[in-house]
Amino acid sequence: MYLAGLIACAITGILILIRIILGKTTFDRVLAVNSLGTVIVIGISLHGFYSNRPEFLDIAIVYALINFIGTVAVLKLFSTGSLGEDE
Amino acid sequence: MKSLILFLILLCLWLLMSGYYSVLLISLGIVSCAFCVYIAKRGKLIDDEGLPIFFMPRLLNYLIWLFKEILKSNLATGKVIINGKVEPETFTVKSSQVTDVAKVTYANSITLTPGTVTTKMHKDVFEVHALNADFGNDVRTNKMDRKVTWLEGKK
Amino acid sequence: MELMFDIFTGICFFIASLSIIIGACGLIKLPDVFSRIHAAGMIDTGGTAFFILGMVFQTGWSLVTVKLLLIGIFIFFTSPVTSHVTANLARKKDIFPVGKRIGKTL
Repeated sequence: MYLAGLIACAITGILILIRIILGKTTFDRVLAVNSLGTVIVIGISLHGFYSNRPEFLDIAIVYALINFIGTVAVLKLFSTGSLGEDE
Repeated sequence: MKSLILFLILLCLWLLMSGYYSVLLISLGIVSCAFCVYIAKRGKLIDDEGLPIFFMPRLLNYLIWLFKEILKSNLATGKVIINGKVEPETFTVKSSQVTDVAKVTYANSITLTPGTVTTKMHKDVFEVHALNADFGNDVRTNKMDRKVTWLEGKK
Repeated sequence: MELMFDIFTGICFFIASLSIIIGACGLIKLPDVFSRIHAAGMIDTGGTAFFILGMVFQTGWSLVTVKLLLIGIFIFFTSPVTSHVTANLARKKDIFPVGKRIGKTL
């Protein structure tokens, strides 16, 4: 059952990678990377249950945090050209 | 008062995440939670926006309604993607909330239901992008707007 | 009882897998950035919610359940923020959505 979920996550990851390669604008790619992060968070927690070690969930929480911060930071860099240092 | 509530929430989070309940670790947790609250207070982060307590009594009711709505629009979005009947449209709606937090909640709720995305906002006018005319009509009936105003409870 | 929870988990995982695969197909198929955000939203809400519900059925009540719900809440709160930031920036860089416009836009 967990294996089926992991296979679904893998297929989704490959489809999203195709979008990242094709993507015309930068925003397509950023959006696809964010979705890939979400799929990876699900994949980490599923793998933890699959190998009977639910401690993996801590890593999943940290990955979710970094995914959000990273996406917003990259978009901020696109919009202003800096990450907020003094002019 | 709000600092105390923030402290208790942080302490609950510490206890749930750690899973160890020895005296040393709990006292370390209390010290670090107090330090976090001090930093938040020094940065003037503890106000109505940071900790919207006036949402709390009606929040559960709203969340259940929102989950139902998300489920419905997930089904509809899946159908649209499979059918390929994509006719995107852009329009503006007015929001009737008073505080900023409630406006953000409304905009986030629109974005959270798949099929509609808030692309811009200026004062109390939102620009919404919808995947299909059906999704657009759902937003234009202002049902969600009334629900969020009820959640805010200021009128 | 055990078997019933297993069946519930199976159903939840099936719906979630279908949801994320359809979402990824939409991410490839739909015409422009603004439409693709809807597909990404489907992965973020439908997929995660049902996967986490399925895993909660397996754990019962323990600290693991709380951590799972914490992941769910976190993705639930951050997903609209990233979607909105992406859409807003795309509009600021003068990318106009395809399709018709009703009334005047901002």
